[in-house]
Amino acid sequence: MNEVLASRKAIIFYIIPALLLVVLFMYIPLILTGYYGLMEWNGMGEMIFTGLDHYRRLIGDPLFWDSAKHSLMLGLFSTLALVAYLIVSLILSQKMKGANLLRKIYLIPMLLSSVAIAQLWLRIYHPTNGIFNTFLIYLGVENPPTWLADPNLVLYALFVPIIWQYAGFYILIYYTALKNISVDVLEAASMDGANVWQTAWKIKVPMIMDIIKVTVILAVVGSLKYFDLIFVMTGGGPNGASEVLASYMYRTAFRSFDFGYGSALAFALLLVCLITTVVVRKITTLKGV
Amino acid sequence: MKVLCVIISVVRKSLLYIGLGTIAVFQIFPLMWLVLFSLKSNQEIFDLSPLSLPPEPRWDNYLRVWNEGNISQYFFNSVIYTGISVVLTILFASMVTFAITRMKWKLSGLVLGIFTVGMMIPLHSTLIPLFNMFLRAGMINHPITIILLYTTFNLPITILILFGFYQTLPRELEEAAIMDGASIHKLFLSIILPMTSPVIVTAAIINMIYNWNEFIFMNTFISSEEYRTLTVGIQNFIGQYTTDWGAIGATLVISMLPILILFFILSDRIMEGLTAGSIKG
Repeated sequence: MNEVLASRKAIIFYIIPALLLVVLFMYIPLILTGYYGLMEWNGMGEMIFTGLDHYRRLIGDPLFWDSAKHSLMLGLFSTLALVAYLIVSLILSQKMKGANLLRKIYLIPMLLSSVAIAQLWLRIYHPTNGIFNTFLIYLGVENPPTWLADPNLVLYALFVPIIWQYAGFYILIYYTALKNISVDVLEAASMDGANVWQTAWKIKVPMIMDIIKVTVILAVVGSLKYFDLIFVMTGGGPNGASEVLASYMYRTAFRSFDFGYGSALAFALLLVCLITTVVVRKITTLKGV
Repeated sequence: MKVLCVIISVVRKSLLYIGLGTIAVFQIFPLMWLVLFSLKSNQEIFDLSPLSLPPEPRWDNYLRVWNEGNISQYFFNSVIYTGISVVLTILFASMVTFAITRMKWKLSGLVLGIFTVGMMIPLHSTLIPLFNMFLRAGMINHPITIILLYTTFNLPITILILFGFYQTLPRELEEAAIMDGASIHKLFLSIILPMTSPVIVTAAIINMIYNWNEFIFMNTFISSEEYRTLTVGIQNFIGQYTTDWGAIGATLVISMLPILILFFILSDRIMEGLTAGSIKG
């Protein structure tokens, strides 16, 4: 029995396809991207070694810092939105009739492609025929905002479809976690005279704290990687007002064909993701919650 | 006093329902609006109220986009890429999960770690080296490239979804099979795979949704029309129709429909897959 399940040949046979793919197409490129950052390369010709030039350029590049700021802002908004999702889930999970149906309705946008969502919201924000401005014009507003064309509004405007897309997903996760809390614990609490409010914040929330931490990391790292929707809706504009790390990197490499600097940006994106993950983990454990 | 309490509780419940209902409307409304304008002409869209029903539904918007552009070709491509990648991902992920959870070897924890860390990796950071790799191999603008990437990048989440289920499988069955002289491959193919079919369905649906909606690999590595998927195809297609809202709406609805139908049939499985893939991570 042990011989069959410990055969070296069999083990290698079973892990090799997946391991090979993941190492070849995920891990090796990750390392290479840091290395390509040391090169000057237009995507076609020879690579020329330029040392740390690109990384120095990155430190002094205001566009890089702006896009990093926008990415972190999205991360912050997404984390704040988690509080709202948690409250909705707490309400949904207290024996509300129709909770199951509502949860499914909330989830629908999550199933659609970011491209389709972006195209739909481009119409919703349309300056003359979109939903928002049709309504505002009907109300008699003379100069309704141009939303995506307004550098001061664009980032907030983009955040609305992001909420629309992900709300159902986080509500689903919180709801499932809340439903898994044992009935005994909740009965004991109500025996002790805890009201709904106290049960929610003193018992339910602390009991799903591990899940909350996971969602914070998902929300922050997910925002740092955010790309598709912004790329389709604004392409980072107007004038870089909605440029995020991933879109800046993509534009630099695949539109301006500056693959060397693009690689340095891609490597910075990787580092920012890793560092943020570690920092968020640290903060959430420090508080002792 | 008692009446007052009842009233308060009814009012409270109603307020909560109004709140939850408002969110549901917010989630559904843009899609209803989309369906409405996909059935109107431009004039009807701009002159009538956005909420009005189409005077007579213009189904020809749908016929037109389906026949005129390459939408049917994109649709077919999406089905092919999604189908092949899902089968490969499920097969390779099942093999690894089987090896990690059922076989006895020292490095199993490390290998599992390699896959789970893969969940956190920003795929944008792999794009440039991948581009160079495929360029040298002459595989830019090749369908195989897409299938390889879709298969690979779904492995981590698929392994995570499978992992929990594999750990709950009783060991007695495989012990009995081995006692009876079954080989390791027979054990995997005729006992483990059939036993894990419920979780395979869950993982397959999640894979399908991700592949169907994938944008960046398709947009970066495929340049010719004939290989595009619906998700990227509609992006270019819509570019030509910037002013024809009816055609744009119809295109978007066509691209969303397969996933929405899947959701109506298998919503519980999809919800299970989404939670399994994130919470255990």
